[in-house]
Amino acid sequence: MGTLRDRLAAGEFTITAELSPPRGASATSMLGRAELLRGWVDAVNITDNQGSHVRLSSWAGAVAVQQSGIIEPIMQMTCRDRNRIALQSDLLGAGALGIENLLFMSGDHPKFGDHPGAKPVFDMDSTQLTWTARTLCDEGRLLSGKELNPAPRFFLGAVENPFAPPVEYRAKRAAKKIAAGAQFIQTQYVFDLGVFTRWVTELGELGVLDRCAVLAGVGVIRSARMLDFLASGKVPGVQIPEPVIRRLRGVTPEDVGAEGAKIAAEMIAAVRGIPGVGGVHLLTAGYEKQTPELLRMAGVDRSALASTTGKSSDGD
Amino acid sequence: MTRVMVELQSRPPGGGVPGALAPSGTAGPRSVPHKPRLSARLAYQMQKVLKPNAVNRRFGAVVERSAFGRRVFTAAERASKERLFGCRMCGQCALPVTGYSCPMGCPKELRNGPCGGVGPGGACEVYPEQRCVWVVGYERAASQGAEADLRRLQRPIDHRRWGESSWLNYWAGRDDYLWTEDDSLASPPVMGPAGDI
Repeated sequence: MGTLRDRLAAGEFTITAELSPPRGASATSMLGRAELLRGWVDAVNITDNQGSHVRLSSWAGAVAVQQSGIIEPIMQMTCRDRNRIALQSDLLGAGALGIENLLFMSGDHPKFGDHPGAKPVFDMDSTQLTWTARTLCDEGRLLSGKELNPAPRFFLGAVENPFAPPVEYRAKRAAKKIAAGAQFIQTQYVFDLGVFTRWVTELGELGVLDRCAVLAGVGVIRSARMLDFLASGKVPGVQIPEPVIRRLRGVTPEDVGAEGAKIAAEMIAAVRGIPGVGGVHLLTAGYEKQTPELLRMAGVDRSALASTTGKSSDGD
Repeated sequence: MTRVMVELQSRPPGGGVPGALAPSGTAGPRSVPHKPRLSARLAYQMQKVLKPNAVNRRFGAVVERSAFGRRVFTAAERASKERLFGCRMCGQCALPVTGYSCPMGCPKELRNGPCGGVGPGGACEVYPEQRCVWVVGYERAASQGAEADLRRLQRPIDHRRWGESSWLNYWAGRDDYLWTEDDSLASPPVMGPAGDI
Protein backbone atom coordinates (compact mmCIF):
# COMPACT_ATOMS: atom_id res chain seq x y z
CA MET A 1 0.00 0.00 0.00
CA GLY A 2 1.48 3.32 -1.04
CA THR A 3 1.41 6.49 0.96
CA LEU A 4 -1.68 8.65 1.11
CA ARG A 5 -0.08 11.15 -1.25
CA ASP A 6 0.80 8.48 -3.80
CA ARG A 7 -2.57 6.76 -3.70
CA LEU A 8 -4.47 9.99 -4.24
CA ALA A 9 -2.08 11.07 -7.00
CA ALA A 10 -2.59 7.71 -8.70
CA GLY A 11 -6.35 8.17 -8.55
CA GLU A 12 -6.86 5.08 -6.41
CA PHE A 13 -9.99 5.06 -4.29
CA THR A 14 -8.66 6.05 -0.90
CA ILE A 15 -10.06 5.53 2.56
CA THR A 16 -9.23 7.52 5.65
CA ALA A 17 -10.72 7.24 9.11
CA GLU A 18 -10.52 8.94 12.48
CA LEU A 19 -8.79 7.93 15.67
CA SER A 20 -9.11 10.03 18.81
CA PRO A 21 -6.22 9.90 21.24
CA PRO A 22 -7.11 8.76 24.74
CA ARG A 23 -7.57 10.83 27.88
CA GLY A 24 -4.51 9.50 29.61
CA ALA A 25 -0.76 9.33 29.41
CA SER A 26 -0.55 6.21 27.28
CA ALA A 27 -1.15 5.59 23.59
CA THR A 28 -1.71 1.85 24.02
CA SER A 29 -5.51 1.88 23.77
CA MET A 30 -5.35 4.04 20.67
CA LEU A 31 -2.90 1.66 19.01
CA GLY A 32 -5.30 -1.17 19.82
CA ARG A 33 -8.05 0.63 17.95
CA ALA A 34 -5.65 1.41 15.09
CA GLU A 35 -4.93 -2.32 14.81
CA LEU A 36 -8.61 -2.94 13.96
CA LEU A 37 -8.25 -0.66 10.94
CA ARG A 38 -4.96 -2.10 9.69
CA GLY A 39 -5.12 -2.85 6.02
CA TRP A 40 -8.66 -1.49 5.72
CA VAL A 41 -7.96 2.22 5.63
CA ASP A 42 -5.05 4.03 4.02
CA ALA A 43 -4.49 6.66 6.66
CA VAL A 44 -6.04 7.78 9.89
CA ASN A 45 -6.67 11.25 11.31
CA ILE A 46 -5.27 11.75 14.78
CA THR A 47 -7.63 14.32 16.23
CA ASP A 48 -6.46 17.45 18.01
CA ASN A 49 -8.34 17.76 21.30
CA GLN A 50 -11.57 17.05 19.46
CA GLY A 51 -14.59 18.96 20.66
CA SER A 52 -12.21 21.05 22.79
CA HIS A 53 -11.82 18.15 25.22
CA VAL A 54 -8.29 17.60 26.45
CA ARG A 55 -6.73 14.39 25.15
CA LEU A 56 -3.22 13.15 24.48
CA SER A 57 -1.85 15.59 21.89
CA SER A 58 -2.37 14.87 18.21
CA TRP A 59 1.33 15.48 17.74
CA ALA A 60 2.36 12.70 20.13
CA GLY A 61 -0.49 10.47 18.98
CA ALA A 62 0.56 10.79 15.35
CA VAL A 63 4.16 9.93 16.20
CA ALA A 64 3.03 6.88 18.21
CA VAL A 65 0.88 5.63 15.32
CA GLN A 66 3.65 6.33 12.82
CA GLN A 67 6.22 4.42 14.86
CA SER A 68 3.87 1.48 15.40
CA GLY A 69 3.85 0.94 11.66
CA ILE A 70 0.18 -0.07 11.85
CA ILE A 71 -1.17 2.68 9.69
CA GLU A 72 -0.20 6.02 8.21
CA PRO A 73 -1.23 8.95 10.45
CA ILE A 74 -2.69 12.29 9.44
CA MET A 75 -1.91 14.77 12.18
CA GLN A 76 -4.78 17.18 12.79
CA MET A 77 -3.95 20.71 13.85
CA THR A 78 -6.47 23.25 15.01
CA CYS A 79 -6.03 27.00 15.42
CA ARG A 80 -7.75 27.02 18.79
CA ASP A 81 -4.89 26.46 21.20
CA ARG A 82 -1.65 27.78 19.70
CA ASN A 83 -0.39 31.03 18.28
CA ARG A 84 1.71 31.34 15.12
CA ILE A 85 4.94 30.75 17.02
CA ALA A 86 3.80 27.47 18.59
CA LEU A 87 2.09 26.27 15.39
CA GLN A 88 5.19 26.75 13.27
CA SER A 89 7.38 25.18 15.92
CA ASP A 90 5.11 22.12 16.12
CA LEU A 91 5.12 21.86 12.34
CA LEU A 92 8.91 21.70 12.36
CA GLY A 93 8.82 19.10 15.14
CA ALA A 94 6.32 16.97 13.21
CA GLY A 95 8.49 17.21 10.10
CA ALA A 96 11.55 16.15 12.05
CA LEU A 97 9.80 13.04 13.39
CA GLY A 98 8.58 11.91 10.00
CA ILE A 99 4.97 13.07 10.06
CA GLU A 100 4.04 13.87 6.50
CA ASN A 101 0.25 14.23 6.40
CA LEU A 102 -1.33 17.21 8.09
CA LEU A 103 -4.92 18.36 8.35
CA PHE A 104 -5.78 21.90 9.33
CA MET A 105 -9.03 23.20 10.75
CA SER A 106 -10.22 26.13 12.84
CA GLY A 107 -11.19 23.84 15.70
CA ASP A 108 -14.24 23.81 17.92
CA HIS A 109 -14.65 26.74 20.28
CA PRO A 110 -13.48 26.04 23.88
CA LYS A 111 -17.06 26.71 24.99
CA PHE A 112 -18.02 23.19 23.86
CA GLY A 113 -15.28 21.35 25.72
CA ASP A 114 -14.21 20.39 29.20
CA HIS A 115 -12.35 23.67 29.80
CA PRO A 116 -14.94 26.24 28.67
CA GLY A 117 -13.05 29.02 30.42
CA ALA A 118 -9.91 28.53 28.35
CA LYS A 119 -8.59 31.36 26.20
CA PRO A 120 -9.61 30.80 22.58
CA VAL A 121 -6.38 31.56 20.71
CA PHE A 122 -7.32 31.63 17.01
CA ASP A 123 -4.23 33.71 16.19
CA MET A 124 -4.55 32.36 12.65
CA ASP A 125 -7.45 30.74 10.83
CA SER A 126 -7.33 27.40 9.03
CA THR A 127 -6.67 28.99 5.63
CA GLN A 128 -3.78 30.99 7.06
CA LEU A 129 -2.40 27.91 8.82
CA THR A 130 -2.50 25.91 5.59
CA TRP A 131 -0.80 28.84 3.86
CA THR A 132 1.83 28.89 6.60
CA ALA A 133 2.61 25.19 6.23
CA ARG A 134 2.96 25.64 2.48
CA THR A 135 5.30 28.57 3.04
CA LEU A 136 7.45 26.40 5.31
CA CYS A 137 7.61 23.60 2.70
CA ASP A 138 7.76 25.44 -0.61
CA GLU A 139 9.56 28.62 0.30
CA GLY A 140 11.67 27.06 3.03
CA ARG A 141 11.07 29.89 5.42
CA LEU A 142 9.01 30.97 8.39
CA LEU A 143 6.35 33.68 8.30
CA SER A 144 9.02 35.99 9.66
CA GLY A 145 11.02 35.37 6.50
CA LYS A 146 13.75 33.49 8.34
CA GLU A 147 15.16 30.57 6.41
CA LEU A 148 14.62 26.96 7.42
CA ASN A 149 17.39 24.47 7.25
CA PRO A 150 16.09 22.06 6.14
CA ALA A 151 12.50 22.78 5.12
CA PRO A 152 9.87 20.15 5.98
CA ARG A 153 8.00 18.15 3.38
CA PHE A 154 4.28 17.81 4.08
CA PHE A 155 1.12 16.63 2.39
CA LEU A 156 -1.40 19.30 3.33
CA GLY A 157 -5.05 18.72 4.07
CA ALA A 158 -8.02 20.91 4.89
CA VAL A 159 -11.69 20.41 5.72
CA GLU A 160 -14.93 21.82 4.38
CA ASN A 161 -18.59 21.53 5.24
CA PRO A 162 -20.44 21.79 1.91
CA PHE A 163 -23.78 21.79 3.73
CA ALA A 164 -23.42 24.77 6.08
CA PRO A 165 -24.60 28.25 5.10
CA PRO A 166 -23.72 30.10 2.98
CA VAL A 167 -23.90 26.98 0.78
CA GLU A 168 -23.19 29.00 -2.39
CA TYR A 169 -19.88 30.11 -0.90
CA ARG A 170 -18.59 26.72 0.30
CA ALA A 171 -16.80 25.63 -2.89
CA LYS A 172 -15.16 29.05 -3.16
CA ARG A 173 -14.04 28.84 0.44
CA ALA A 174 -12.55 25.40 -0.24
CA ALA A 175 -10.81 26.91 -3.28
CA LYS A 176 -9.24 29.51 -0.98
CA LYS A 177 -7.76 26.72 1.12
CA ILE A 178 -6.52 25.03 -2.06
CA ALA A 179 -4.94 28.31 -3.20
CA ALA A 180 -3.34 28.48 0.24
CA GLY A 181 -1.82 25.02 -0.27
CA ALA A 182 -4.34 22.28 0.54
CA GLN A 183 -3.69 19.08 -1.45
CA PHE A 184 -6.60 17.11 -0.07
CA ILE A 185 -9.92 18.02 1.50
CA GLN A 186 -12.02 15.94 3.84
CA THR A 187 -15.66 16.92 4.18
CA GLN A 188 -18.25 16.87 6.92
CA TYR A 189 -20.81 13.98 6.89
CA VAL A 190 -22.34 13.54 3.45
CA PHE A 191 -26.01 12.61 3.71
CA ASP A 192 -27.29 14.95 1.01
CA LEU A 193 -25.86 13.72 -2.29
CA GLY A 194 -27.44 16.53 -4.31
CA VAL A 195 -25.73 19.32 -2.39
CA PHE A 196 -22.48 17.37 -2.25
CA THR A 197 -22.44 16.70 -6.00
CA ARG A 198 -23.09 20.38 -6.76
CA TRP A 199 -20.22 21.34 -4.44
CA VAL A 200 -17.76 18.95 -6.14
CA THR A 201 -18.97 20.09 -9.57
CA GLU A 202 -18.29 23.70 -8.62
CA LEU A 203 -14.79 22.78 -7.46
CA GLY A 204 -14.29 21.28 -10.91
CA GLU A 205 -15.54 24.48 -12.52
CA LEU A 206 -13.13 26.47 -10.38
CA GLY A 207 -10.38 24.29 -11.86
CA VAL A 208 -8.96 23.08 -8.56
CA LEU A 209 -9.65 19.35 -8.66
CA ASP A 210 -6.43 18.59 -10.51
CA ARG A 211 -4.41 19.83 -7.56
CA CYS A 212 -6.58 18.72 -4.67
CA ALA A 213 -8.26 15.40 -3.86
CA VAL A 214 -11.69 15.27 -2.26
CA LEU A 215 -12.48 12.72 0.44
CA ALA A 216 -16.20 12.59 1.20
CA GLY A 217 -17.10 12.32 4.87
CA VAL A 218 -19.21 9.26 5.70
CA GLY A 219 -20.63 8.46 9.10
CA VAL A 220 -22.80 5.73 10.53
CA ILE A 221 -25.88 6.51 12.58
CA ARG A 222 -25.63 3.71 15.08
CA SER A 223 -28.70 4.04 17.25
CA ALA A 224 -32.02 5.79 17.69
CA ARG A 225 -30.37 7.90 20.36
CA MET A 226 -27.61 9.01 18.02
CA LEU A 227 -30.23 9.81 15.38
CA ASP A 228 -32.16 11.99 17.85
CA PHE A 229 -28.95 13.76 18.82
CA LEU A 230 -27.77 14.43 15.25
CA ALA A 231 -31.24 15.34 14.00
CA SER A 232 -31.73 17.83 16.85
CA GLY A 233 -29.57 20.31 14.96
CA LYS A 234 -27.47 20.80 18.08
CA VAL A 235 -24.30 19.28 16.67
CA PRO A 236 -22.34 22.07 14.99
CA GLY A 237 -22.22 21.61 11.25
CA VAL A 238 -24.19 18.38 11.03
CA GLN A 239 -27.47 18.30 9.14
CA ILE A 240 -29.42 15.12 8.48
CA PRO A 241 -31.87 15.46 5.57
CA GLU A 242 -35.55 14.55 6.09
CA PRO A 243 -35.56 11.42 3.85
CA VAL A 244 -32.69 9.90 5.85
CA ILE A 245 -34.46 10.64 9.14
CA ARG A 246 -37.70 9.14 7.79
CA ARG A 247 -35.91 6.02 6.63
CA LEU A 248 -34.29 5.46 10.02
CA ARG A 249 -37.50 6.20 11.91
CA GLY A 250 -39.23 3.63 9.71
CA VAL A 251 -37.36 0.72 11.27
CA THR A 252 -37.57 -0.62 14.82
CA PRO A 253 -35.21 1.10 17.27
CA GLU A 254 -33.05 -2.05 17.49
CA ASP A 255 -32.57 -2.01 13.73
CA VAL A 256 -31.48 1.64 13.44
CA GLY A 257 -27.82 0.63 13.67
CA ALA A 258 -28.10 -1.89 10.84
CA GLU A 259 -30.07 0.54 8.67
CA GLY A 260 -27.57 3.31 9.49
CA ALA A 261 -24.71 1.11 8.32
CA LYS A 262 -26.65 0.31 5.14
CA ILE A 263 -27.10 4.03 4.46
CA ALA A 264 -23.39 4.65 5.07
CA ALA A 265 -22.43 1.82 2.70
CA GLU A 266 -24.76 3.28 0.06
CA MET A 267 -23.13 6.69 0.52
CA ILE A 268 -19.66 5.22 0.02
CA ALA A 269 -20.78 3.47 -3.16
CA ALA A 270 -22.58 6.61 -4.38
CA VAL A 271 -19.77 9.12 -3.82
CA ARG A 272 -17.39 6.69 -5.47
CA GLY A 273 -19.30 7.28 -8.67
CA ILE A 274 -19.04 11.08 -8.52
CA PRO A 275 -16.29 12.39 -10.82
CA GLY A 276 -13.69 14.24 -8.82
CA VAL A 277 -14.10 12.26 -5.59
CA GLY A 278 -10.84 10.58 -4.61
CA GLY A 279 -12.16 8.56 -1.70
CA VAL A 280 -14.03 8.63 1.58
CA HIS A 281 -13.23 9.80 5.05
CA LEU A 282 -14.94 7.62 7.65
CA LEU A 283 -16.20 9.71 10.56
CA THR A 284 -16.66 6.57 12.58
CA ALA A 285 -14.47 6.99 15.67
CA GLY A 286 -15.41 4.30 18.20
CA TYR A 287 -16.74 2.12 15.37
CA GLU A 288 -13.40 0.63 14.39
CA LYS A 289 -14.54 -2.98 14.88
CA GLN A 290 -17.37 -2.64 12.38
CA THR A 291 -15.38 -0.73 9.78
CA PRO A 292 -14.31 -3.81 7.75
CA GLU A 293 -17.93 -4.96 7.55
CA LEU A 294 -19.05 -1.49 6.46
CA LEU A 295 -16.44 -1.38 3.71
CA ARG A 296 -17.39 -4.86 2.53
CA MET A 297 -21.04 -3.78 2.33
CA ALA A 298 -19.94 -0.81 0.25
CA GLY A 299 -18.11 -3.07 -2.15
CA VAL A 300 -14.65 -2.11 -0.94
CA ASP A 301 -13.12 -5.42 0.11
CA ARG A 302 -9.62 -5.28 1.43
CA SER A 303 -9.73 -8.45 3.48
CA ALA A 304 -6.55 -9.68 1.85
CA LEU A 305 -4.82 -6.55 3.20
CA ALA A 306 -3.99 -5.80 -0.38
CA SER A 307 -4.56 -2.43 -1.86
CA THR A 308 -7.75 -2.15 -3.82
CA THR A 309 -7.40 -0.60 -7.19
CA GLY A 310 -10.44 1.58 -7.37
CA LYS A 311 -11.54 3.23 -10.50
CA SER A 312 -9.74 6.42 -11.31
CA SER A 313 -11.63 9.57 -10.67
CA ASP A 314 -11.60 12.31 -13.26
CA GLY A 315 -10.26 14.82 -10.83
CA ASP A 316 -7.01 13.13 -10.05
CA MET B 1 -27.62 39.03 45.21
CA THR B 2 -24.52 41.08 44.57
CA ARG B 3 -24.41 43.80 42.00
CA VAL B 4 -22.00 41.89 39.83
CA MET B 5 -24.32 38.91 39.80
CA VAL B 6 -27.26 41.10 38.79
CA GLU B 7 -25.16 42.67 36.08
CA LEU B 8 -23.99 39.28 34.86
CA GLN B 9 -27.52 37.98 34.71
CA SER B 10 -28.99 41.02 33.05
CA ARG B 11 -26.39 41.55 30.40
CA PRO B 12 -27.65 40.97 26.88
CA PRO B 13 -27.07 37.56 25.38
CA GLY B 14 -23.58 37.45 23.97
CA GLY B 15 -23.07 41.06 25.01
CA GLY B 16 -19.96 42.65 26.44
CA VAL B 17 -18.42 41.80 29.77
CA PRO B 18 -19.54 43.73 32.85
CA GLY B 19 -18.61 47.40 32.66
CA ALA B 20 -15.79 47.24 35.16
CA LEU B 21 -13.81 44.90 32.95
CA ALA B 22 -14.46 46.51 29.58
CA PRO B 23 -12.12 49.22 28.35
CA SER B 24 -14.20 52.38 28.22
CA GLY B 25 -15.96 52.93 24.95
CA THR B 26 -15.33 49.51 23.45
CA ALA B 27 -17.73 46.68 22.83
CA GLY B 28 -15.60 44.69 25.24
CA PRO B 29 -12.71 42.41 24.50
CA ARG B 30 -14.93 39.53 23.46
CA SER B 31 -15.66 38.62 19.89
CA VAL B 32 -19.42 38.49 19.48
CA PRO B 33 -21.25 38.72 16.14
CA HIS B 34 -22.64 42.18 15.51
CA LYS B 35 -25.35 42.94 13.00
CA PRO B 36 -24.21 45.87 10.84
CA ARG B 37 -26.38 48.95 11.35
CA LEU B 38 -25.45 50.49 8.02
CA SER B 39 -27.14 49.10 4.91
CA ALA B 40 -24.89 47.32 2.43
CA ARG B 41 -25.74 49.87 -0.27
CA LEU B 42 -24.71 52.82 1.91
CA ALA B 43 -21.61 51.03 3.13
CA TYR B 44 -20.41 50.43 -0.42
CA GLN B 45 -21.16 54.05 -1.32
CA MET B 46 -19.11 55.12 1.69
CA GLN B 47 -16.28 52.96 0.36
CA LYS B 48 -15.92 55.29 -2.61
CA VAL B 49 -15.32 58.22 -0.29
CA LEU B 50 -13.00 56.42 2.12
CA LYS B 51 -10.83 54.71 -0.50
CA PRO B 52 -7.25 55.95 -0.37
CA ASN B 53 -6.97 58.91 -2.74
CA ALA B 54 -4.92 62.11 -2.87
CA VAL B 55 -7.38 64.01 -0.65
CA ASN B 56 -7.73 61.57 2.26
CA ARG B 57 -4.09 60.57 2.03
CA ARG B 58 -3.11 64.17 2.62
CA PHE B 59 -5.79 64.56 5.29
CA GLY B 60 -4.48 61.46 7.08
CA ALA B 61 -0.93 62.79 6.95
CA VAL B 62 -2.06 66.05 8.54
CA VAL B 63 -3.99 64.25 11.28
CA GLU B 64 -0.99 62.07 12.06
CA ARG B 65 1.31 65.04 12.54
CA SER B 66 0.26 65.40 16.16
CA ALA B 67 -0.50 62.85 18.84
CA PHE B 68 -3.58 64.89 19.74
CA GLY B 69 -4.90 64.80 16.16
CA ARG B 70 -4.39 61.08 15.97
CA ARG B 71 -6.11 60.55 19.31
CA VAL B 72 -9.18 62.61 18.42
CA PHE B 73 -9.48 61.04 15.00
CA THR B 74 -9.09 57.52 16.40
CA ALA B 75 -11.76 58.21 19.03
CA ALA B 76 -14.14 59.40 16.31
CA GLU B 77 -13.46 56.33 14.21
CA ARG B 78 -13.99 54.10 17.21
CA ALA B 79 -17.29 55.76 18.12
CA SER B 80 -18.75 55.52 14.62
CA LYS B 81 -17.52 52.06 13.66
CA GLU B 82 -18.36 50.57 17.01
CA ARG B 83 -21.95 51.71 16.64
CA LEU B 84 -22.26 50.73 12.99
CA PHE B 85 -20.25 47.50 12.83
CA GLY B 86 -19.45 46.43 16.40
CA CYS B 87 -15.84 47.44 15.69
CA ARG B 88 -13.28 46.13 18.21
CA MET B 89 -10.43 48.31 16.87
CA CYS B 90 -8.13 45.61 15.57
CA GLY B 91 -6.60 48.44 13.56
CA GLN B 92 -6.55 46.40 10.34
CA CYS B 93 -10.01 46.79 8.94
CA ALA B 94 -11.27 44.03 6.61
CA LEU B 95 -14.76 45.55 6.18
CA PRO B 96 -14.22 46.75 2.57
CA VAL B 97 -13.85 43.13 1.42
CA THR B 98 -16.21 41.33 3.82
CA GLY B 99 -19.54 42.85 2.83
CA TYR B 100 -19.08 45.33 5.70
CA SER B 101 -19.74 42.62 8.28
CA CYS B 102 -16.92 42.57 10.80
CA PRO B 103 -15.01 39.25 10.94
CA MET B 104 -13.59 40.18 14.35
CA GLY B 105 -17.09 39.62 15.72
CA CYS B 106 -16.67 35.94 14.84
CA PRO B 107 -15.85 34.12 18.11
CA LYS B 108 -12.96 32.45 16.25
CA GLU B 109 -11.97 35.74 14.58
CA LEU B 110 -11.88 33.94 11.24
CA ARG B 111 -10.76 36.31 8.47
CA ASN B 112 -11.14 33.88 5.55
CA GLY B 113 -14.77 32.85 5.71
CA PRO B 114 -17.15 30.94 7.98
CA CYS B 115 -16.30 27.83 9.95
CA GLY B 116 -18.14 24.57 9.33
CA GLY B 117 -20.35 24.94 12.37
CA VAL B 118 -22.83 27.47 11.00
CA GLY B 119 -26.38 26.34 11.84
CA PRO B 120 -28.89 25.46 9.11
CA GLY B 121 -30.52 28.89 9.44
CA GLY B 122 -27.19 30.73 9.43
CA ALA B 123 -26.76 30.89 13.21
CA CYS B 124 -23.36 31.29 14.83
CA GLU B 125 -22.43 28.03 16.57
CA VAL B 126 -21.02 29.79 19.62
CA TYR B 127 -23.76 32.43 19.98
CA PRO B 128 -26.77 30.71 18.36
CA GLU B 129 -28.96 33.75 18.95
CA GLN B 130 -26.75 35.73 16.54
CA ARG B 131 -26.29 35.19 12.83
CA CYS B 132 -22.83 34.16 11.58
CA VAL B 133 -20.92 37.30 10.54
CA TRP B 134 -19.84 35.53 7.34
CA VAL B 135 -23.38 34.53 6.37
CA VAL B 136 -24.35 38.18 6.80
CA GLY B 137 -21.21 39.35 5.00
CA TYR B 138 -21.79 37.02 2.06
CA GLU B 139 -25.38 38.19 1.66
CA ARG B 140 -24.39 41.85 1.85
CA ALA B 141 -21.48 41.49 -0.56
CA ALA B 142 -23.60 39.47 -3.01
CA SER B 143 -26.37 42.08 -2.86
CA GLN B 144 -23.85 44.65 -4.13
CA GLY B 145 -22.20 42.34 -6.69
CA ALA B 146 -19.04 42.20 -4.59
CA GLU B 147 -18.99 38.50 -3.60
CA ALA B 148 -15.68 38.02 -5.45
CA ASP B 149 -14.08 40.01 -2.61
CA LEU B 150 -14.70 37.04 -0.34
CA ARG B 151 -12.42 34.94 -2.52
CA ARG B 152 -9.35 37.00 -1.62
CA LEU B 153 -6.95 35.41 0.84
CA GLN B 154 -6.60 37.29 4.10
CA ARG B 155 -3.24 37.29 5.86
CA PRO B 156 -2.94 37.03 9.66
CA ILE B 157 -3.28 40.34 11.45
CA ASP B 158 -0.56 42.12 13.40
CA HIS B 159 -1.65 42.07 17.03
CA ARG B 160 0.43 45.13 17.86
CA ARG B 161 -2.01 47.27 15.91
CA TRP B 162 -5.02 46.81 18.23
CA GLY B 163 -6.42 50.20 19.17
CA GLU B 164 -4.94 52.02 16.18
CA SER B 165 -7.02 53.87 13.63
CA SER B 166 -7.48 51.56 10.67
CA TRP B 167 -8.50 54.48 8.45
CA LEU B 168 -5.13 56.18 9.04
CA ASN B 169 -3.39 52.85 8.44
CA TYR B 170 -5.46 52.31 5.29
CA TRP B 171 -4.72 55.77 3.83
CA ALA B 172 -1.02 55.55 4.68
CA GLY B 173 -0.83 52.12 2.99
CA ARG B 174 0.29 50.43 6.21
CA ASP B 175 -2.24 47.62 5.77
CA ASP B 176 -1.64 46.92 2.09
CA TYR B 177 -0.47 43.42 3.01
CA LEU B 178 -3.80 42.38 4.52
CA TRP B 179 -5.39 40.62 1.55
CA THR B 180 -4.51 39.29 -1.88
CA GLU B 181 -5.59 40.96 -5.12
CA ASP B 182 -7.72 38.01 -6.21
CA ASP B 183 -8.40 34.31 -5.49
CA SER B 184 -4.68 33.49 -5.98
CA LEU B 185 -5.52 30.34 -7.93
CA ALA B 186 -3.34 31.31 -10.88
CA SER B 187 -0.14 31.59 -8.87
CA PRO B 188 0.61 30.71 -5.24
CA PRO B 189 0.04 33.67 -2.94
CA VAL B 190 2.97 34.97 -0.94
CA MET B 191 2.34 34.97 2.80
CA GLY B 192 5.03 37.36 3.90
CA PRO B 193 7.06 39.03 5.05
CA ALA B 194 5.35 41.68 2.91
CA GLY B 195 3.59 42.69 6.09
CA ASP B 196 5.39 42.67 9.36
CA ILE B 197 3.67 39.57 10.64
